Amino acid sequence: MKQSSPQISDLTAAMIAVRNDRDRDAFALLFDHFAPRLKGFIMRTGTGSGQAEEIVQDVMLTVWRKADQFDPERAQVSAWVYQITRNRQIDVIRKENKPLPEELGEDPSAEPDASQILAVEQEAGQLKGALERLKPDQREMIEKAYLGELTHQEISTQTGLPLGTIKSRIRLGLEKLRHELKELR
Amino acid sequence: MTTITHHAPDALLAAYAGGSLPKPFALAVAAHISLCLDCRAAYEAHLATGGAVLESTSSEAVSEGLKSNVLDLLDAPVTEKPVYQRSGAFPGPVMEALKGKPPRWKSLGMGVRQSILSDGRDGSVRLLYIPPGRAVPDHSHNGLELTLVLQGSFSDETGRFGVGDLEVADQTLEHTPIADAGAPCICLAATDAPLRFNSFVPRLLQPLFRI
Ligand SMILES: [Zn+2]
Ligand SMILES: [Zn+2]
Repeated sequence: MKQSSPQISDLTAAMIAVRNDRDRDAFALLFDHFAPRLKGFIMRTGTGSGQAEEIVQDVMLTVWRKADQFDPERAQVSAWVYQITRNRQIDVIRKENKPLPEELGEDPSAEPDASQILAVEQEAGQLKGALERLKPDQREMIEKAYLGELTHQEISTQTGLPLGTIKSRIRLGLEKLRHELKELR
Repeated sequence: MTTITHHAPDALLAAYAGGSLPKPFALAVAAHISLCLDCRAAYEAHLATGGAVLESTSSEAVSEGLKSNVLDLLDAPVTEKPVYQRSGAFPGPVMEALKGKPPRWKSLGMGVRQSILSDGRDGSVRLLYIPPGRAVPDHSHNGLELTLVLQGSFSDETGRFGVGDLEVADQTLEHTPIADAGAPCICLAATDAPLRFNSFVPRLLQPLFRI
C-alpha cells in the first residue's frame, strides 16, 4: 500500500474491529468518542443528565450487540450511531417502538472495499463541513429537524446541504450488497 | 418485478430519519423503504446528516462510572425483540404491526375490506382490500394521507399506483382511487386524522366502521 494514500478513519477502523473481532479496546475507543457527544446531543432535547446517561448506555450496548449490521460501505459510524440513538430516544420518551425498515438480510461483507469506505467518509466529511458553514438560523433549523423537533411540514425540501453526492455513494453500497445477496441465493 | 414510480418526498424521509413522524406515517415510510432502494439511499443520506449533527454537537462529560458499567454489561444476556420477516405482500414493518398474524379483515360492503392496524390520537393506519374495479369509498382528507400499494394496483385522478408506490395526499386532493383489473388491490393507508366520506350514507356508517 502506498504511504500517501488516504487512510480509513480511526473510528471506522475501530467499528470494523468491534464487528469482526469483538475487539474491546476498539469499543472503548468508540465509547470515549461517542459517549460525551451522545450525552450532549440527548440533553439538547430537554432530557435530564441522569436519563441521558441511561440512553447513552443503551445506545453504546446496542453498538456492541448489533455491530454485525454496520456496513462501512454505506454508512459512516456517526450516521449509524445517530440512527440507534434516535430510535432509542423515541422508545424511551414516547414509550413506543419506531417502525423500522427491513434489514437487508445478509451481513455486510467482512472484507469491505476500502475505496468505497473512503468515498463514504469523504462525502460525510463534506456534509459536516457544509453543515458548519450554514448561517446560524439555517443550521439551527437543520439541527432541530434531526433532533426530531420539526414536523415534516416544517422541514423544507431545500436543506441547503449537498445530499445528492452522498446519496449516490450510499446507493452504490446498496447496489453492491443487493448484488451479493443475489449471488448467495 | 414492477418499477416504483411514486416515491416518498424528501421532506417526509427527513422527518422519518429525524424521528418526528407520528407512528402511522412512520410505518408507511418504513414499509416503502423496505421495498424501495432509492428511498432507502435517500433515507440513509438523511441519517448521514443526523450523524454530522451528532458529531458537531457540544459534548457533555459523562459520569465516572458509566464506561466501566457499559464494559461490564457487554456480555450480559439480553432478550432480543422478535424480528418480523416479510410475508407474502406484507413487508417486515407491516408484519410487525400485525404481530406476525394474518390481517383480520372486516367488510365495508361491495367486496371492499379493511383491517385496522392502529387508530389513536396520532392518527390511524389500516390495510385496505379492494377488488378489481371497486373504489375506495369517496373521501376527502382532514390532513395528510399516505397510501402504499402492497398488491395489485389502483388508479385515481393523479395517476396509476402499483406495488411499492406511495401516494401522498392532503386536504387539497379530492380523489377516487379505483382498483385496476387483475389481482385485488391491497394497500396500507395511514392518516393523521380519521378519513371522512363525502357522500351522505357512508358518513352515517363512519362511526360503525371507524373510517
Ligand atoms: Zn421510493
Ligand atoms: Zn385519499
